[in-house]
Amino acid sequence: MAIWVNDDTRLLVQGITGKEGTFHALGCRDYGTKVVAGVTPGKGGESVEGIPVFDSVAEARERTGANASMIFVPPPFAADAIMEAAAAGVELTVCITEGIPVADMLKVKAFLRDHPTRLVGPNCPGVISPGMAKIGIMPGHIHRRGSVGVISRSGTLTYEAVWQLTNLGLGQSTCVGIGGDPINGTSFIDVLAAFAADKETAAVVMIGEIGGDAEERAAAWIREHFDRPVVGFIAGRAAPPGRRMGHAGAIVAGGHGTAAEKMEAMRAAGLHVVDSPAKLGETTARALGL
Amino acid sequence: MKIHEYQAKEILRRYGVATPRGQVTADPAEAARICTELGGRCVVKAQIHAGGRGKGGGVKLAKSPAEAREAAGRILGMQLVTPQTGPEGQTVKKVLIEEALDIATELYLSVTLDRARERPILMASKAGGMEIEEVAARDPQAIFRQEFDPALGLLPFQGRAVARALGLSGDSARKAAKLVASLAAAYLATDASLVEINPLLVTGGGEVVALDAKMTFDDNALFRHPDVVAMRDLAEENPMEVEAGKFNLNYIKLDGDIACMVNGAGLAMATMDIIKLYGGEPANFLDVGGSASQDAVKNAFRLLVSDPGVRAVLINIFGGIARTDRIARGVVAAIEELGDVRMPVVVRLEGTNVEQGREILRQAPFHFLVAEHMADAAEKVVAAAKGGR
Repeated sequence: MAIWVNDDTRLLVQGITGKEGTFHALGCRDYGTKVVAGVTPGKGGESVEGIPVFDSVAEARERTGANASMIFVPPPFAADAIMEAAAAGVELTVCITEGIPVADMLKVKAFLRDHPTRLVGPNCPGVISPGMAKIGIMPGHIHRRGSVGVISRSGTLTYEAVWQLTNLGLGQSTCVGIGGDPINGTSFIDVLAAFAADKETAAVVMIGEIGGDAEERAAAWIREHFDRPVVGFIAGRAAPPGRRMGHAGAIVAGGHGTAAEKMEAMRAAGLHVVDSPAKLGETTARALGL
Repeated sequence: MKIHEYQAKEILRRYGVATPRGQVTADPAEAARICTELGGRCVVKAQIHAGGRGKGGGVKLAKSPAEAREAAGRILGMQLVTPQTGPEGQTVKKVLIEEALDIATELYLSVTLDRARERPILMASKAGGMEIEEVAARDPQAIFRQEFDPALGLLPFQGRAVARALGLSGDSARKAAKLVASLAAAYLATDASLVEINPLLVTGGGEVVALDAKMTFDDNALFRHPDVVAMRDLAEENPMEVEAGKFNLNYIKLDGDIACMVNGAGLAMATMDIIKLYGGEPANFLDVGGSASQDAVKNAFRLLVSDPGVRAVLINIFGGIARTDRIARGVVAAIEELGDVRMPVVVRLEGTNVEQGREILRQAPFHFLVAEHMADAAEKVVAAAKGGR
């Protein structure tokens, strides 16, 4: 089963002619994703390693039947790229770009109310359903098909968790990086709700960070609506308040958003909370009774 | 990015926010002259980025130009220690000389992002001059919250609601409503992440004035605000963090003795956490970027070992797209090129081709402590840091 990304995914890549865009478009194709189009305004008619390039998302979609987009457009133009994908009716938009201004994301969120698309990110590694397809920059080969759903605000820390799972023989249904920005398209709860509807997903690993209250809200939602085991970790217990820890969203502000608060909320909701990031895999195995 | 109070007031005045008359200077004689112009009574305020300046002796009332000269002379050059500076304090290079106003009421205003609601929000309180976090903790009802649409700005009726919530009426209420709208406009137009007026002053004559002002900006939006970037004061920032910025490294100085170098912000935070869990103290947060290129590793390493408080280094890299063996070669080359590294270096590599990667480290002329997994790495580096003491 898996969620959002599967064998029916037909991917277009916005910003495909840039260095990163080309590299990761080909990485997705090598993994088995059907990469059907690229979009770079002004470069329509060209092609990248056999992938046709179009001037607009609407045209790419019309000509190739693309139903998902991966965005590598530089930060000043990335919000426009997301809105273009949404306006063209793309069902799933994954924005990898890091460094989009908050004000631009507020415009995007307002625009998406009238032009629905499932936006994942920005500033995220993407989405992978192992063995089927990936949309993003994650290394495909560390994954393995299976029944653990993974949701995370970070990139390499997600790979760490996935690698621990894979080495224990625990495969993944789908791994979703929701991104490290304060305003993003998809929340923990959105992903959890999708996992709840997915019969294949038997347990979930949820990796949060300091800043905001998305983890607390997700914990409350899990308590009410999710009956499968969830393993939780929050990065940033050692972080000082008032400092942005790399990710724009990872900041303890006004005394809120601390790791301790979030871990407490997760424990109270019945999650298997791990203190050590080295124990994500074994705790998941135990939670599954293995 | 942060700016000084006098700079924030300069920006806010452009949007119609009333501030006390005043001028910034680095010269005590000039301070006396400005005081004379302001009518012979003034407030001398240290200009550093940290808050709590009054508590540290950085704000003085002067009843004459001579007193202003004397206060400015004392404050300029001092190491001002406030609850936000850390024990070493911050050197004062400029003072703001402002007219002394008669205070009838002190209020609080700020505009920031409400992450959960995904909207900007204006917060107002009658408890001016106090830390707003303390007010929020003691009595959440004492804070009035007015969310607004970023496309429309703060609407006039919303401004009036804020003025009413602040207990104002008549002319002061009208002035406050206008000031509130100006504040929201400044927040939106400059891509600020915070605008805070604490206190907002109502004078005996009913004027509504921003007595203090603080602005911070969304770093991701600075590319479209060169005027704001021009206000950056590097002397206020940690020199190692400034240096890291030149190499596009994401570095934050902390107080511990175990330096860490990690690829990815989330994994970097998790690495700090696990060091602490094993009884150590991280010396920094450092994200060398997802791909951990040889150049990034080299620059990062040079930076880390330049911190005199560091006793041991932990390199924690998850080789994803870039293979582990290539990263290992990069780490070895970086350290060879730097030469003369005398402290213990624990390396934990994980991901594809990890066995080859570890073998490269074991064969290297530099003696790396090779760790098998994150917990092993934390244990080894904590022991190494203690042994080196």
